[in-house]
Amino acid sequence: MSGSLIGKRVLRKEDHRFVSGKGRYTDDIQLVGVTYAAFVRSPYARADIKSFDVSEALAAPGVIAVLTGEEVVKDGLGGLPCGWMIHSKDGSEMRQPHHPVLAADRVNYLGEPVALVIAETQLEAKNAAEMVMVDFEPLTAVVNPATASQAETLYEAVPNNVCYEWELGDEAATDAGLAAAAHITTLQLTNNRLIPNAIEPRAALAEYNSGTDEIILHTTSQNPHLVRLIMTAFVQIAPEHKLRVIAPDVGGGFGSKIFIYSEETALAWAAKKLGLTIKWTAERSESFLTDAHGRDHVSEAQLALSAEGEFLALKVKTIANMGAYLSTFASAVPTYLYGTLLAGQYRTPAIYVEVDSVFTNTAPVDAYRGAGRPEATYLVERIVEKAAAEMGLDPAELRRRNFIGRDQFPYQTPVALEYDTGDYEASLSKALEMADYDTFATRQAEAASRGKLRGIGLSCYIEACGLAPSQVAGALGAGVGLWESGEVRVNPTGSVTVLTGSHSHGQGHETTFAQLVADRLGLPIEDVEVVHGDTGKLDFGLGTYGSRSLAVGGSALSVAADKVVEKGRKIAAHLLRTDVDNIDFDAPVFKMLDSNESKTFQEIAFAAYVNHDYPSDELEPGLAEKAFYDPLNFTYPAGTHICEVEIDPDTGVVEVVQFVAVDDFGTIINPMIVEGQVHGGLAQGIGQALLEQAVYDDTGQLITGSYMDYCMPRADNFPDFKVGMTCTPCTHNPVGAKGCGEAGAIGSPPAVMNAITHALGGIEVDMPATSEKVWRAVQTMRTLKTA
Amino acid sequence: MYQFKVHKADKLSTALDLFNASDEPAYIAGGHTLIPTMKQRLSAPSDVIDLATIPGLDAITLVGDTLQIGAMATHAKVAASSLVQEHCAALANLAGGIGDRQVRYRGTIGGSLANNDPAADYPAAALGLGAQIVTDRRTIPSDTFFKAMFETALEPDEIIQAIHFPQVDQAVYLKFPNPASRYAMVGVMLTRTAGETRIAITGAAASVFRAATFETALTADFSVSAIEAVTLSAETLNTDMHASAEYRAHLCKVLIQRGVEALTA
Repeated sequence: MSGSLIGKRVLRKEDHRFVSGKGRYTDDIQLVGVTYAAFVRSPYARADIKSFDVSEALAAPGVIAVLTGEEVVKDGLGGLPCGWMIHSKDGSEMRQPHHPVLAADRVNYLGEPVALVIAETQLEAKNAAEMVMVDFEPLTAVVNPATASQAETLYEAVPNNVCYEWELGDEAATDAGLAAAAHITTLQLTNNRLIPNAIEPRAALAEYNSGTDEIILHTTSQNPHLVRLIMTAFVQIAPEHKLRVIAPDVGGGFGSKIFIYSEETALAWAAKKLGLTIKWTAERSESFLTDAHGRDHVSEAQLALSAEGEFLALKVKTIANMGAYLSTFASAVPTYLYGTLLAGQYRTPAIYVEVDSVFTNTAPVDAYRGAGRPEATYLVERIVEKAAAEMGLDPAELRRRNFIGRDQFPYQTPVALEYDTGDYEASLSKALEMADYDTFATRQAEAASRGKLRGIGLSCYIEACGLAPSQVAGALGAGVGLWESGEVRVNPTGSVTVLTGSHSHGQGHETTFAQLVADRLGLPIEDVEVVHGDTGKLDFGLGTYGSRSLAVGGSALSVAADKVVEKGRKIAAHLLRTDVDNIDFDAPVFKMLDSNESKTFQEIAFAAYVNHDYPSDELEPGLAEKAFYDPLNFTYPAGTHICEVEIDPDTGVVEVVQFVAVDDFGTIINPMIVEGQVHGGLAQGIGQALLEQAVYDDTGQLITGSYMDYCMPRADNFPDFKVGMTCTPCTHNPVGAKGCGEAGAIGSPPAVMNAITHALGGIEVDMPATSEKVWRAVQTMRTLKTA
Repeated sequence: MYQFKVHKADKLSTALDLFNASDEPAYIAGGHTLIPTMKQRLSAPSDVIDLATIPGLDAITLVGDTLQIGAMATHAKVAASSLVQEHCAALANLAGGIGDRQVRYRGTIGGSLANNDPAADYPAAALGLGAQIVTDRRTIPSDTFFKAMFETALEPDEIIQAIHFPQVDQAVYLKFPNPASRYAMVGVMLTRTAGETRIAITGAAASVFRAATFETALTADFSVSAIEAVTLSAETLNTDMHASAEYRAHLCKVLIQRGVEALTA
């Protein structure tokens, strides 16, 4: 029976509730006596706060209280910390400016909250928020990350606005590789700044019970335990056991709901301080201004090659924009999630990367779908494709010459990671076949007959998922271990409640995890219920991000299910008056090896709770088992994406006419859910390549503050995706899974941009490839051709 | 959104009276500009007077060879009207390409024209097709109706009743959408009547305008080669994060060329 559910396209258990309006999101929760909060925000990117005058707001109808940054200082609240310590190359610790819950004397980005107004209705709160008089004295803003280190210093404790100057790899060996090269390809690029745009904006509902002194915070979080830990241990709004954090249904996150923000923290603090129940739901405009943005790198790179196209060395220099403050995981993104991935799928023997992270007067920048790995893949796959063009080699062939072979695993890269397994040739070959790579010239000629420029581009990506082996993460600066917890709780009638520290906000865990546990125990999937997102129900959990949930959270459940089986064997042995070694579990039946006597899973479950003749020194009643799974290594999903575009040379409009993605995610539990994750990731990756960009003007005002200017991808921007899979199971976790949530967003941008560069005869444009940029590139190409 | 009063007018005179009796009134004719700006607290009328409830104001009729479209006809109604499709398919196509389905079922032709958004489609239709704007007090030719960005010849309380479109021989509307908003980054309405070419361009400048140099060249010789050397000055065109004035000027010419190709094919 075991094995019968793995790999099945089981329809998502949660979808009925989502599509029938029965989802229960934070803003849906109705509590008696609720009040509403509205935040007063900075209209400037940088300004001194001279004074607050809240008298008019306090006198406005319905207003209960106004709390400003000054109250935050008076109450001695801690700042919002960053959880990952990075050391500069000189050994010094990264510089972390104080990140206040509400600003009291200085604001550092547009939209930074300085006060909150609490009123009986949402309208009254919003009206009164406009009456809070804040005397701002505007200061010159630093906006451009490329020049931030030469600009005015923003924080006394952060000279030159530099958070850290980090390095990884062997500089001398890399320089030697460059010196020995027959050919060096150089590349400058920017990785455009993105705004996450989850469909559900951030929201919080904080209730305080003065009888028990407990705060319950319902909020849009990807990791409620981390929210509780930081709000209690660092910001110190309450003792940890007096704060319960519930993340109910959450409508998307893409990373942006990992982090601990001012607004949710302020709400929990205010609820206790004032003895109120308070609700806040961000307007879309607030999401644009204050959800942590993503990417925002400026890089230059050199790839050294031998005459035969063998990669000798890769040298990279990157400036990463942190925004105004260090968000929860921000420091790790351009370092350990970026520099470590620069080996890609290749045997490049020497790699050296320097990353300068800088502060600017923009919203904090942190992990966004892929987090560091898209930036690494974009750089590696752009420069590899450019090298192939410069050396007159087929880009697929150049990659093949440098692939880590399937017989070379485990493979230690020069940038700290040890890849456990993979077969890069397999995914490349399959993708080339699915893309009809060999007949591209025919399609190009046909497109030319219609006046279109057609190009093809490859991307062979790798990523590190399954964050994270705690020892490795700790050594790299992580503030917490990155294991995951799981519990398989068998009810007396044999149905199963699964509790996981992972959090589903669109990924379909309620189905995938149920499928996994039902499979292990030989139960119908309907008998397995998944519970997540409540610190009151689970011991602890580290949440969902970095494509970690199945590889780490799923593994914890797999181990817990194994423990349930072990306990079940003991119970069966007791019931059948035999030795435990004489019991085999042939899911869902416990069988005696030397007779045909057996007990069903349901019989064992019932017996676990109702029997009264257990030998109490050997066997406890009950059938519920926990596991805390700490992975042995990262997992390494990898694959090949191939994009074909057609460019209208008269307008510069780029159309993606074919997109092939072949991915190796290891063992797949539910192919339908995995394909959905790939499709969503591709939409975001192609969106980054063609459409999306966050733009601030020179004074730090956000130009792309609404969907009028921030271009979200729509279905008609894409062709039907051709998705394929290869499989080399992860060697070190019990599920064999590697993670699939981010691959689409990681692999696709370079494939698109390589295709555009190919169509443009080598003329490069930066993301997003807007029609005007491409049109101008076409003019350049034509000028060069006639010259 | 601030608090405001909603009035549902049952006839034009009621709407006018309400308007003139209110502190800061606003007509609502679909609301796809007004409501978003109110939600963002950028506009705060004291009284919102709904014109969509006035009976008969959304009728579409053919009088002689003039197509008369009531001001409260929604984009969806114009797009689906067989009368419009027969009389002026380009106008039906334009209406069917405005915004999204939700917008088309609420937004109206009168509201769009009165608002004169620089990137809206209908101003190009009215100007390019040589329409007459009929109000509660007069008839305004489209050539003098559009004044500047979000400004028209309408008096503050004046209400558009109908738009009269004369018969043209040929017409085509081509839109290059802004990728984010899908409003026109450039939109070109190109029409021919008795050998005369009219071209109205929206999206490119502060307000819709006629491309006189192209009109002259195409009236003389309606062919792509006739406009090979004709250019549009970028001087008065918009520059924003999506497109420079120079690129917009180029796009205008590309769309005009494609329009000529479409009408001569």
